Amino acid sequence: MQESADRPLNIVVLVKHVPDAQFDRHLTGPGHTLDRSESILSELDEYALEAALQLAEARGGQAAGNMVTALTMGPDAAVNAVKKALQMGAYQGVHVNDESLAGSDAAATSLVLAAAVQHAAGAQGAPAMPDLVLTGMASTDGETSLVPAQLAERLQLAQITFASELAVEDVDGAAVVRARRDGDSYSETLEAPLPALVSVTDQANEPRYPNFKGIMAAKKKSIAVLSLQDLGIDPGAAGLAGSWTTVAASAPRPPRSAGTIITDDGSAGVALVDFLVASKLI
Amino acid sequence: MASVLVFIDVPGLPLPRASRELLTIARGLGEPAVASPRALSDEALQALGECGVAAVYEPAGDLPDVLVAAKAAFLADTVRAAAPAAVLLGNSFEDREVAARVGVKLGSGVITDAVAVAPDLSVTKSVLAGSYTSTCRVQAGIPVITVKANSVEPVPAAAPAAPERHRVAVSDAGPAARVTARTEKRVSGRPELSEARVIVAGGRGMDGNFTPVENLADVLGGAVGASRAATDAGWIEHSAQVGQTGKTVSPQLYISAGISGAIQQKAGMQTAKVIVAVNKDPDAPVFEIADFGIVGDVFSVLPQATEEIKKRRS
Repeated sequence: MQESADRPLNIVVLVKHVPDAQFDRHLTGPGHTLDRSESILSELDEYALEAALQLAEARGGQAAGNMVTALTMGPDAAVNAVKKALQMGAYQGVHVNDESLAGSDAAATSLVLAAAVQHAAGAQGAPAMPDLVLTGMASTDGETSLVPAQLAERLQLAQITFASELAVEDVDGAAVVRARRDGDSYSETLEAPLPALVSVTDQANEPRYPNFKGIMAAKKKSIAVLSLQDLGIDPGAAGLAGSWTTVAASAPRPPRSAGTIITDDGSAGVALVDFLVASKLI
Repeated sequence: MASVLVFIDVPGLPLPRASRELLTIARGLGEPAVASPRALSDEALQALGECGVAAVYEPAGDLPDVLVAAKAAFLADTVRAAAPAAVLLGNSFEDREVAARVGVKLGSGVITDAVAVAPDLSVTKSVLAGSYTSTCRVQAGIPVITVKANSVEPVPAAAPAAPERHRVAVSDAGPAARVTARTEKRVSGRPELSEARVIVAGGRGMDGNFTPVENLADVLGGAVGASRAATDAGWIEHSAQVGQTGKTVSPQLYISAGISGAIQQKAGMQTAKVIVAVNKDPDAPVFEIADFGIVGDVFSVLPQATEEIKKRRS
């Protein structure tokens, strides 16, 4: 173990309550926002949480002064994402809940989260910068992938996205996060000074399931609920009012109807080529 | 006429189709200009001119590191210099990150996953994994829009232009990660999944053998995709994964082989223009959305189709 193992880490993990992608999802209301019934902790955020817990545990966990805070923003039900994270092992939770948040786009979301991250990393309301902000590779609802990069920009954090492995190491006395990332045509190792923001892919680890002990322990963990006023943010800077983009209209894509279905009688491969030629695809 | 700035990173020659698509869209909105984070060769400049590009912006010196933070700083400085009506980028993970950071730097709204941009800069995009279409507008700053590949048919400009080079002094990118090691992977010669016009994707039904999928993709000049079940099983590398936790695709033709089409997988292929499905289970959900479905064995249907294409071409 390297000497950096002694240095406790303060990690904030972003968790999001998203509609379960197993079911059909719908946009509703004047802002064309997502119907959030049937929601769960975004599956992709579990990898970020697991990575945070492993980094903290490698340094002695909570007893050694490490901190893993699960942070979410959203309406009342969004707290369920934090609760699940606490059951999995996060040490404390923060829920930004304010009616003015509804309809926030990525810009407004990253503005609020930037303040919330510093609040979550601090103690007794004194904002501080965490060592690491960990996120999933994308949300499974908005799918814009904008928020992690916008948060890094707003907090002036070094950014590593799509990490499939990560570790915090000491390099010449300074802690750095080192990560591996796989592109289409290359694999690379990246290094960033702390504080940093890292988004984690579903290849990074195998998230743990909450066990009975974890579920019972979670009931005793604190969840701080914050309003925009607590974060010093003007309600007009968040929600639909503070968003830099607006959705004017939305409609379900016309359902695809089934076309021709044939059963292979030994010549279906030829029939497939006939279809491609008739459709001018070859 | 106002300019429309297109961010193009490393335009190798010939210009990639996705870049020519962006320039085609830009010409419909205004006078196209290009921001390139690396100095361009004279040949690349000429190729851009044939797409009607009148101005090219390059960093005054080499960018400190070829990562997102520096590219975003360069693009934001270029927007300040060129004052375009809109900024267009591709829809790759990296392009979207550059767009994200430029948006914050400039106080500009960012819209991703665009499939069309109207002259009034309202944007049509697909959301919820292709199950909804929405119309969005940027209401603050200069619109920054990332456009999906295969959104338009690229056409050359009616009259070529002679692009003028502009050098942009780039401000400090702030704290950034750096690459400490990089290994190139074996080059397949196949198109990138996110830009491919033809995708042949295999799932659980391939039973560990992707050769029939690869062979059919190769005769069609397409990319190879996979369901999560197939990448999780280790039959093919993770970067081939299509859908919710993988790549967003929008090809002209999507051939689904041995993929049942559970709701997330179905969502991932939703925006393909034509879907062909081969599966031995007649009740597979994928048949509900396939334009042409074959109930049959992938290991006989795919090779037969591959041979038939070769035969007809010879």
